[in-house]
Amino acid sequence: MEIKDDNISAMCRPAVGEAGKTGDWRDATPVIDHAKCIASVKNRPACYLCWLYCPEGIVKAGIPIEINLTYCKGCGICAEECPARAITMVMHEEAKK
Amino acid sequence: MSNVQIMTGNSAAAWGAKLCKVQVVSAYPITPSTSVTETIANWVERGELKAEYVRVESEHSVMTVCISASTVGARVFTSTSSHGLLYMHEQLHWAAGSRLPIVLACVNRGVGAPWSIFNDQQDSIAQRDTGWIQIYCRDNQEIIDTVIQAYRIAEQVYCPVMVCYDGFVLSHTMMPVEIPDAEAVCRFLPPYKPHTILSPEDPRNINPVIFPWQRRDAEGVLRDGYMDMRWKLQHALEGSRDVVVKTCRDYAELFGRDHGGMLWTYKTDDAEVLLAGMGSIATEATMAADLLREGGIRAGVVGIRVYRPFPREEVREAFRNIPAIVVFEKNISYGYEGALCADIKAALYGAGIQTPVHNYIAGLGGRDVKASELAEATRSSLAAIAAGKKEQQTWLNCVTE
Repeated sequence: MEIKDDNISAMCRPAVGEAGKTGDWRDATPVIDHAKCIASVKNRPACYLCWLYCPEGIVKAGIPIEINLTYCKGCGICAEECPARAITMVMHEEAKK
Repeated sequence: MSNVQIMTGNSAAAWGAKLCKVQVVSAYPITPSTSVTETIANWVERGELKAEYVRVESEHSVMTVCISASTVGARVFTSTSSHGLLYMHEQLHWAAGSRLPIVLACVNRGVGAPWSIFNDQQDSIAQRDTGWIQIYCRDNQEIIDTVIQAYRIAEQVYCPVMVCYDGFVLSHTMMPVEIPDAEAVCRFLPPYKPHTILSPEDPRNINPVIFPWQRRDAEGVLRDGYMDMRWKLQHALEGSRDVVVKTCRDYAELFGRDHGGMLWTYKTDDAEVLLAGMGSIATEATMAADLLREGGIRAGVVGIRVYRPFPREEVREAFRNIPAIVVFEKNISYGYEGALCADIKAALYGAGIQTPVHNYIAGLGGRDVKASELAEATRSSLAAIAAGKKEQQTWLNCVTE
């Protein structure tokens, strides 16, 4: 039997993707140039301003950094904040593929 | 043994909250409601009431505190008036939408511009569509009893309740009030059980963005869309009528006082004209009815006690065989008529009742309303109805030229 919402006020358990796959809202896609990214260049945990500023929390602060495009809405804040200008917002990147 | 004290309406509201053992109180002072929470603050400071009294910078924050405290399972209380209530407006919607059983004493006062500190009911009527249950009291005894009843109603249907009473006319007028026995109140009012238990082990997102349509969440549960949630609130308010009536009946059994469930009547059985109103103006109308009866006109009164949910069936029943209805009210829905008059007429429409309904806007901004004036207004309406005038809106004692 289908599990239906029996809450009398709107609530849900916090979970990844609770608001849907918000990646399909995206027009511009962040494309990372790892040759410029400070963490990759220095090969150690560094900078991570993209991770800090991402309003969706979908940047993984690793080496190299990873952006989860399933949920990235394409706001471009990471590209704006990147001091190395390693992130470029490319319009309709998916459509080109 | 009964404990009768002479007290103001504001003291009565504070006593009601104290007897219900409220756990969190937040308020920002505004005339004429100030002494309600001033009294409670005093009790909290002296250790006579075990509650958190939260001081904030505005009424908007007051309701935010109430919402937060109620969400985590505290029984909360606040009171305000006029612009304070209007400043809460946004959070009133959030409280109702979150289905929190908050009780608010609204000490009715007019709304600016221009400034008025005096009584009318424009403030709470302007909050009519926020999803709160609204109960209007006619004397101080009803205030204390209604605050107690309000918690039981609210916590059963998970809707907030506004207990409204007229500023100064009741809030600052002293009359004998029987204070119910504290243990009996505990028996009447079971502990508050929140609809959702929050704990760090089982975290929740509360009131996330809801989309127009139903949607499966990350766990695969089909979640309501916005409109489905709104329907649940409407359904709860419509269903709360039975709870209101049963609560009043149970209260009467335990404490011996019945203030009427959804509405009350006075000398209606043989009436040829019915005066209708809410709050103290309806009390005044009972004196007008007596005056009219002395003059040979069989008048009665219908006092609307619960305005939201509106007592649709009870109104139809009360007015079914009456040749004339006169509605007195201390509010105006600008560009149309008094809110109560419009709602009464709408209820009658569904039952095919074609009785003439005359509307008197009275006592705005504290203008005095005398029983003799209500009686005179009724007489003039009866003459106009006899001459065929089915509808009429009159501003009582007002310069309209």
